[in-house]
Amino acid sequence: MRTDTIDQFASSLAAADVACTRVEAAEFSAALDDVVDAPAVGVPLGIDGVSLDDTAVELPPTPRLLREAETGVTRVHGIVDHGSFVIQADAAGTEPVSLYPRTHVGVVRASDLHADVEETASWLGEEFDAGRDAAVLATGASATADMGELVHGVHGPQSVHAVVVTDR
Amino acid sequence: MSADRERKAAKIRHLLETEGDAVFENTTHVNAGRYETNSHRDDIDELRDAARAIKEDAIERLPELVETVKESVEANGGEVYVADDAADANRYITEVTESKGAETLAKSKSMTTEEIDVNDALADAGVDVTETDLGEFVVQVADEAPSHLVGPAFHKSTEDIAELFNAHFDPDEPFETAEDLTQFARDHVGEKIVDADVGMTGANFVFAESGTVALVTNEGNARKCAVTPDTHVAVAGIEKLIPSVDDFPPFAELIARAAGGQDIATYLSLLSPPVDSPVVDFDEPDEPLDASTDDREFHLVLLDNGRTEMREDDDLRETLYCIRCGACANSCANFQHVGGHAFGGETYTGGIATGWEAGVHGLDSAAEFNDLCTGCSRCVDACPVKIDIPWINTVVRDRINRGADAEFDWLVEGLTPDADPGGVDLQKRLFGNFGTLAKLGSATAPVSNWLADWGPTRAVMERVAGVDRRRDLPEFQRETLVDWFEARDPLPAAGDADREVVLYPDAYTNYVLVDRGKAAVRTLEALGVDVAVAPCHESGRAPLSQGMIATARENAERVADSLDPHLDSGRDVVVVEPSDLAAFRREYEHLLDDDRAERLAEHSYEVMEYVYGLLENGADADLLASGGEVAFHSHCQQRTLDVDVYTEAVFERLGYDVVTSDVECCGMAGSFGYKSEYYELSVDVGETLADQFEAQDVAQRELVASGASCHEQLGSLLPQASTHPVELVAPE
Repeated sequence: MRTDTIDQFASSLAAADVACTRVEAAEFSAALDDVVDAPAVGVPLGIDGVSLDDTAVELPPTPRLLREAETGVTRVHGIVDHGSFVIQADAAGTEPVSLYPRTHVGVVRASDLHADVEETASWLGEEFDAGRDAAVLATGASATADMGELVHGVHGPQSVHAVVVTDR
Repeated sequence: MSADRERKAAKIRHLLETEGDAVFENTTHVNAGRYETNSHRDDIDELRDAARAIKEDAIERLPELVETVKESVEANGGEVYVADDAADANRYITEVTESKGAETLAKSKSMTTEEIDVNDALADAGVDVTETDLGEFVVQVADEAPSHLVGPAFHKSTEDIAELFNAHFDPDEPFETAEDLTQFARDHVGEKIVDADVGMTGANFVFAESGTVALVTNEGNARKCAVTPDTHVAVAGIEKLIPSVDDFPPFAELIARAAGGQDIATYLSLLSPPVDSPVVDFDEPDEPLDASTDDREFHLVLLDNGRTEMREDDDLRETLYCIRCGACANSCANFQHVGGHAFGGETYTGGIATGWEAGVHGLDSAAEFNDLCTGCSRCVDACPVKIDIPWINTVVRDRINRGADAEFDWLVEGLTPDADPGGVDLQKRLFGNFGTLAKLGSATAPVSNWLADWGPTRAVMERVAGVDRRRDLPEFQRETLVDWFEARDPLPAAGDADREVVLYPDAYTNYVLVDRGKAAVRTLEALGVDVAVAPCHESGRAPLSQGMIATARENAERVADSLDPHLDSGRDVVVVEPSDLAAFRREYEHLLDDDRAERLAEHSYEVMEYVYGLLENGADADLLASGGEVAFHSHCQQRTLDVDVYTEAVFERLGYDVVTSDVECCGMAGSFGYKSEYYELSVDVGETLADQFEAQDVAQRELVASGASCHEQLGSLLPQASTHPVELVAPE
């Protein structure tokens, strides 16, 4: 069942031009380093048994790191049918870390995949009530057609990568 | 041509030359994207119903939602200010920037801030404002107004923008490509965000219960403006309030599809400011971000500026459901060709702009462009909240007519055959009374045709009534459809048929294109139907298109009076002209008692729709003319009513090989293409259709068009004559 969900998520991600890496918690550090271009900046992930401690990712974020990092790493939730990230803003800086660097790597627990926008909104309703009341539904890389043709990489990331922790 | 008509014609001519190509490319691209994306889901109409219901409820409960959001934002630590008008909003906003000692402000795209001209107010207060949406930035650099709700620079091509930026920024290497321009603008604007003292955003939605601002962007600039500086000002019309995040899903699914054919926008930011995210102070580059030392400020400015009055106005209220996606503009043939610098008022552009401009800036601003809506109704299908945009345009046109000064109103009113007041412009009155004119023209044909076509007559018609002399006029027939029908001997089968219909003869079918009416009668009779023909009364379509609602209502009542006895005796109503069917099915609900309108709508059919039904129910297709190669242009309102498919299905059943056009409208749109101020635009729109057919090599095909106007337009643009589909399939 869960494999199906991750497959669907990966296929939606692919449609949004987002690469997907699947990993078990024990293999996370090595897998992440393969995905990340240094310098990289991150915020604590808050996922049991998964940490940025033994990776190339630097934290806490500073304005210089935000400007100079190639990659920002944060935890996200996922929306399966659109291949979207749900980025919950927090005091640690998840929002700017997911926004400023050229590449955003979102780390998502398989158990944090929501089927669709409807399910996501109902989960967010509870989160909002609990005070976690800022979230960005982000799908793919930032883009504009304002100069006459579609160009990726505007104010937000130019590329996006998902790392799904399959056993969490 | 009168001076005012000449001025309008010159403005349109100029925009067709300078901005038309870029607008056409951009709008038709996103319009095609909308069709493509919607085709992958089968629940679009359910989502639209859900979104509409949420907006209806929210506007109904608006005062309560305003109170709720005040409480929730204040509980979050922010401030809410409800501004009565633009000046009030600007005063509050500049007080905020002054209290912060702000010198710089980075702003994400917001039409509401365009409505109040906040950039001017901030400049007067000494604040340097940078637009960070790249399209809006282009418009800011060019010192122009946005030409589209979503694509402010839709009127500029890559080359135009390169020329602008090369002149303005004088780069070492001149910019050429969209990539060059995007990179430059991103970096330039990005630095302004980093340096900004205040961030300003609009809001696509505001969730009252949690005090959440929802921002929809693809670039990510709104995210940066909202969270980078320590002060965030969000400006939103009061109509943006919806109860809670629970109501968000249909809008999240619809807004980017409607706007440009994306499944979902790149960023849907739901922020309940002041946010927990740490302020990013680039002046202290190595200090770790630390939200605990931040002193964030948030101001939500809710703008009224006429919206409360709109809410109380039964006809304008729907405007407040608008989510500003621009789909009405993208699906509008006139807009596609001329763009928002013609099809727009002080702030807003496209079909829905009439409602917004009338509501927030007044009738004068709406009057300038309102006639560019031809009522073709293609936007009705495009609107994600199902706003009846043509009706809003009709109502506002009616109000403009009534507001117009006219001397001797009492005299004019006594002499005109309609029910509208004397202020109605002569051009509108002429076209609005087409039925009366056609009756007179037919009664005196062929003299009326000779006279109408006579050079001096055309000159007077052009000067006095703005009827462009480059158009051929309809040729009135001496023998009307009704006369022809009455003079015939009844068929031997009369009275024995299983089905009985009454054919509604619109003024064109009765007085001008009589052959299509005869073909309809022959076809129906061949398929075993007993046909009666109703008297020819104007349906109201003509006066409606001129904003003459009182006359249209009078027309509708007369038509209903003449059809009611037939409906009582169980006859179905068959209509040849799609725009009249659209009047019966859509506009009559505004003009007649509900029961009456509903019964007529339910029992009215377009003629080819009816033929389809007969064939499906066992009528013998062999009795009709079959086979051949056809180029078919459906009518705009026929497509909106989803009845175009029946014509195609009948053709297929009868073995025709068909190519179809897919332009939104032929550009003629009843009287529109005759009007001297709009003639060139009408031809420009029509040429897109002609080009499409020529590209499909239709020279050897039979050209068929369902609408009388489409027939006129095609006749003027393509060498071959066109007929109505029923003329093609009718037995000899």
